[in-house]
Amino acid sequence: MTALIDLKNVNKYYDDYHALRDVNLEIAQGEFFSLLGPSGCGKTTLLRTIAGFEAPSDGSLHIAGANMNGVPANARPTNMVFQSYAIFPHLSVAENVGFGLRKSQLSKSDKIKSVEEALDMVGLNGFGGRAAHALSGGQRQRVALARALILKPKVLLLDEPLSALDKKLREQMQSELRRLQRQVGITFILVTHDQEEALIMSDRVAVMFDGAIAQLADPQTLYKRPRTRKVGDFIGVMNFLPAHVTDPNKITLDVAGLGTVTIAPEQAPSGTSSGAAEIGIRPEMMSILFEGEPDRGEIAEATIQDRAYYGDMTYYDVHLKNVPEPVTISMKNIIGRPVLEVGETTRVSWDARSLVLFAS
Amino acid sequence: MKSLRSYAILYLIFLYAPIALLPIFAFNDATIIAFPLSGFTTQWFTELPQIPALIDSVKNSLYIAVITSILSTLLGICAARAAAKYSFRFKRPIMGFIMVPLVLPEIIVAVSLLVILLQLGLSLGAWTVIMGHVLICTPFCIAILNSAFQNLDSAMEEAAIDLGETPWSTFRLVTLPLVSPAIISALLISFTISLDEFIIAFFLTGTEPTLPVYLWSQLRFPARIPVVMALGTILVAGSILLLILAEMMRRRGLRRAGLQDKGGFL
Repeated sequence: MTALIDLKNVNKYYDDYHALRDVNLEIAQGEFFSLLGPSGCGKTTLLRTIAGFEAPSDGSLHIAGANMNGVPANARPTNMVFQSYAIFPHLSVAENVGFGLRKSQLSKSDKIKSVEEALDMVGLNGFGGRAAHALSGGQRQRVALARALILKPKVLLLDEPLSALDKKLREQMQSELRRLQRQVGITFILVTHDQEEALIMSDRVAVMFDGAIAQLADPQTLYKRPRTRKVGDFIGVMNFLPAHVTDPNKITLDVAGLGTVTIAPEQAPSGTSSGAAEIGIRPEMMSILFEGEPDRGEIAEATIQDRAYYGDMTYYDVHLKNVPEPVTISMKNIIGRPVLEVGETTRVSWDARSLVLFAS
Repeated sequence: MKSLRSYAILYLIFLYAPIALLPIFAFNDATIIAFPLSGFTTQWFTELPQIPALIDSVKNSLYIAVITSILSTLLGICAARAAAKYSFRFKRPIMGFIMVPLVLPEIIVAVSLLVILLQLGLSLGAWTVIMGHVLICTPFCIAILNSAFQNLDSAMEEAAIDLGETPWSTFRLVTLPLVSPAIISALLISFTISLDEFIIAFFLTGTEPTLPVYLWSQLRFPARIPVVMALGTILVAGSILLLILAEMMRRRGLRRAGLQDKGGFL
């Protein structure tokens, strides 16, 4: 299968600033794809390059097999939902949604019909006659979606579309966007700085730092097997412990606070050499060993340094011997499990299969 | 607090008492401008249309003001748009020099324009006044339009292009409607500036005086002063009407853009 969107060695310079570095990317038809990264990482520049608002300094961009070099934004099979939504305030909701149909050959009644269908699709039926500026944030977002989808683009580009919404509404829109994407079958490319959002919504995620793609993977791989320490740190919470590789063939290492462990090849970068390295482990992959609960294979002594009670979870910062930084452990608050106090000594347990090795 | 209020009242009296005298003497039944008033009359208003030179000067002024406001607003739209949308070399100094006529003494502008026009062998008339007025009105138009263009979310124009419009149709369908209140303000402001401008008009007007130049020439004849007062009354009423119109347009624009009214000039 050929990719719907194909970027090869795309670079973008603004004077001395290297905004995109050798971006290679293939996105398939019907995929929900996310560009994830901190602000200034180039994710929006990349999206705008696909939309046609920025021209790559070098490299090529193909959409559905056609070279997009020199093709202006208004001639590309892409439509965009802007961060500010960019709803035209002087037009009604229906005029906003139908804006893209102005140049189409459809009859007037067909245009009205497709505006109604688009409004229906985003749950705004009956809103057509309203003034655009009288809408709430969530409604504006829906209008922006309907307006961009009415032209049935090959690709829908979404530039941080949920960042302006409050938490409840954002969560609701996340699942609605996902449902909408499955329903219309259009390729969605979402730009976000919210790692949770990217994991929840996407089929695949490209994590970007400093204009380059650091890792491109599905959400589970990204979370379980981050390729670099930076990716692991950016996605969710991860503890990092100094380690020393003693046997690169069997991948045996001494980890500060945890002792000697042997890990599988897929937990380590290819071509691991002996010497100083670092391992990463997620908070939920370690547990406080309470009376009568089974251990996870390995055990170490620890002291509680700090504690945060979240209701459903308790987060402990524990001190492990020989580890300079406190290690975060999350525990579900199930019945019969006490909440430990700061200063108590305890035992922690973990599974060697949950470690990730990073070359340092 | 109390002294502040009396200061404000004194200030307003100082500002508007002279203007309030205009209608008082315009309806006064005496040629001498002095108290006590002698009686009520509308004679000066009925005399107004019977002075052909005055009517001509009004027509001439209106013609100049209309063309000036249109030209300087058009130039202002181009400059404000360029300043908001593009970055180019020497943008700041260029914009700065365009704005300088705002503070340049008009007498200097007037004399230099006169010298150049005479050197070029052009005859003075309405169009030479229009040239001078466009020069001083354009900075005002840019100042008004610049904030409107700067406040325009660039995503609005990008959204229209993204939906298949050309840059020109985007400008027509999205940009212009969104900045139209500022355009109307610029038209009204430049119209009023041109209408009552004296110095440039005095130097460049030739044989067809504008209204301010004509009024100035009439001050030498005391008998004409009540008529001038009557005309002044009409002009003040017209100005107030225009201001109300401009403010209504501004509020309407805000409402259409769904913005909060943070208070304009009025």
